[in-house]
Amino acid sequence: MAFDQDAINEQFPILSREIDGAPLVYLDSGNTSQKPRRVIDAMSSFMENTYAPINRSSYRLAGEATDAYEQGRIAIARLVNASSPDEVVFTKNATESMNLIAMAWGRANLDKGDVVVLTEMEHHANIVPWMMLVQERGIQIRWVPLTADGQLDLTDIDTILDGAKVFSFTAMSNVLGTITPITLLCNKARAAGALAVVDACQFVPHNVTDVQSWNADLVAFSSHKMCGPSGIGMLWGRMEILDAMPPFLGGGNMIDTVTFDGFTTAPVPAKFEAGTPPIVEAVGLAAAVEFLESVGMANIRQHEMDLSRYTLDTLNERFGDDITIYGPANVEQRGGVFSFAFRDLHPHDVSQVLDERNVCVRAGHHCAKPLMKTLGVNATTRASVYLYNTTDDIDALADALDSATDIFGF
Amino acid sequence: MPGLEDLYREIILDHYRTPRNRGELEPPAIKADGHNPLCGDDITVYLDLDTSAGTGDDAVIRDIKIGGQGCSISQSSASMMSQAMLGKSVGDVNARIRRFKTLMGIEGLDEIESDADIDLGDLEALQGVVKFPVRIKCAVLSWNTLAQALTQAE
Repeated sequence: MAFDQDAINEQFPILSREIDGAPLVYLDSGNTSQKPRRVIDAMSSFMENTYAPINRSSYRLAGEATDAYEQGRIAIARLVNASSPDEVVFTKNATESMNLIAMAWGRANLDKGDVVVLTEMEHHANIVPWMMLVQERGIQIRWVPLTADGQLDLTDIDTILDGAKVFSFTAMSNVLGTITPITLLCNKARAAGALAVVDACQFVPHNVTDVQSWNADLVAFSSHKMCGPSGIGMLWGRMEILDAMPPFLGGGNMIDTVTFDGFTTAPVPAKFEAGTPPIVEAVGLAAAVEFLESVGMANIRQHEMDLSRYTLDTLNERFGDDITIYGPANVEQRGGVFSFAFRDLHPHDVSQVLDERNVCVRAGHHCAKPLMKTLGVNATTRASVYLYNTTDDIDALADALDSATDIFGF
Repeated sequence: MPGLEDLYREIILDHYRTPRNRGELEPPAIKADGHNPLCGDDITVYLDLDTSAGTGDDAVIRDIKIGGQGCSISQSSASMMSQAMLGKSVGDVNARIRRFKTLMGIEGLDEIESDADIDLGDLEALQGVVKFPVRIKCAVLSWNTLAQALTQAE
């Protein structure tokens, strides 16, 4: 299927918004993505026509609502090639999915001295839940270091994984854009007897995903970064892993029965979905998956590789030694996330100047403070692209960066 | 949208390019660390208090040094603050912290009426920050850290 840029962009109402008479240049999709018309319409239409509780009431409307909610699960299973929709658990966001793993699997399987392996380029969501188990259980964390160009340094990986119980790593860094060798890492983890956990939050929205071919055990990702609504995240897991895990949150929907003496749990995935879930959001998510499928994940990846090449070339050609772009230079090894240092300007000041021209980027530590320490900075400016971004957006970014020089005179 | 010239006044850029009172003080000087968890910026305030004329509100700031790193707003605010506080009594410093936070539009302070008469001098240049609400945290970071240092002194 052809990648029709105009047809795609027409589907995003916010892209026609102007601020102070000038168009929006949204380069913060690594943070959160914009929403196409069909997602917005699916959610409004569901609330206008079909909204009701799910899994609880026996009237027809509730049955329709339950079916609509489950369509979200079916769509996600299709998108990531799960062997069954039952392997898809809905959470609040990818952060909650990571916490679910650490708290439910971790508490059942990790004790004092047990080793969890992380990499130096993890998001706080894949660091802090494990550190909570360091405090609570006395587990240990080992870190996979990075190479100078921001890839995982796998020289000593077998030693690092030796005796580990968990290897939890990002599929794509939210700071460096680095895409990791996911299947290789899952294979190494499982060969070492460790649980293979993948933070695929940045990867799934932009690439063809196949959790089965990855040989992963558990994978976390979120809706809001893939054109779906905020408020719903996903945990995919191999059924035998999910089945053996104790529940995370307790309450309604997750039980089989409750007596004065105790409770038994519902089967997966309900076991992990306590309380009323994000119903409307699941409906919007299904529409987002259908939208992405209509464009084609391989086409989206190709578009972003082309745009990444243009971005790296443009910024390096125009600014030379004045700009340092972190992460791999080869677009085959990275996604469309560009963290950079610009002259001696602080990222806050850079983003302030860019905002003057409606160029939206993120400035800060990107919830990856340990990585900032490895890079030797406190913060970076980050531009990140998605299927609706074009070379015009990158030119606008470069022009706006030029104007920063005028103000600060560096 | 307010223009960038409201934010990046010349006096602010001057303090950013040439920060005053940068450095460290050895113990027994007081040391307080402040962080902006949103952006990762950090500021360290070192205070040397002279208690020969009195303690509490009557102690005097004999020396003040600023460490850490941050954006033009947080760095210039810290630099101007250090200049304005040198030689002031703790009572005067606390009044100026209240006055500055009021200038930044932070409400709910038990501001004393006489605070309104305080002239913050160059620091008044930072009032343009109020038009850029996300940057208020940058401007007050060093002030909160100074307040924390004074609490440690008590």
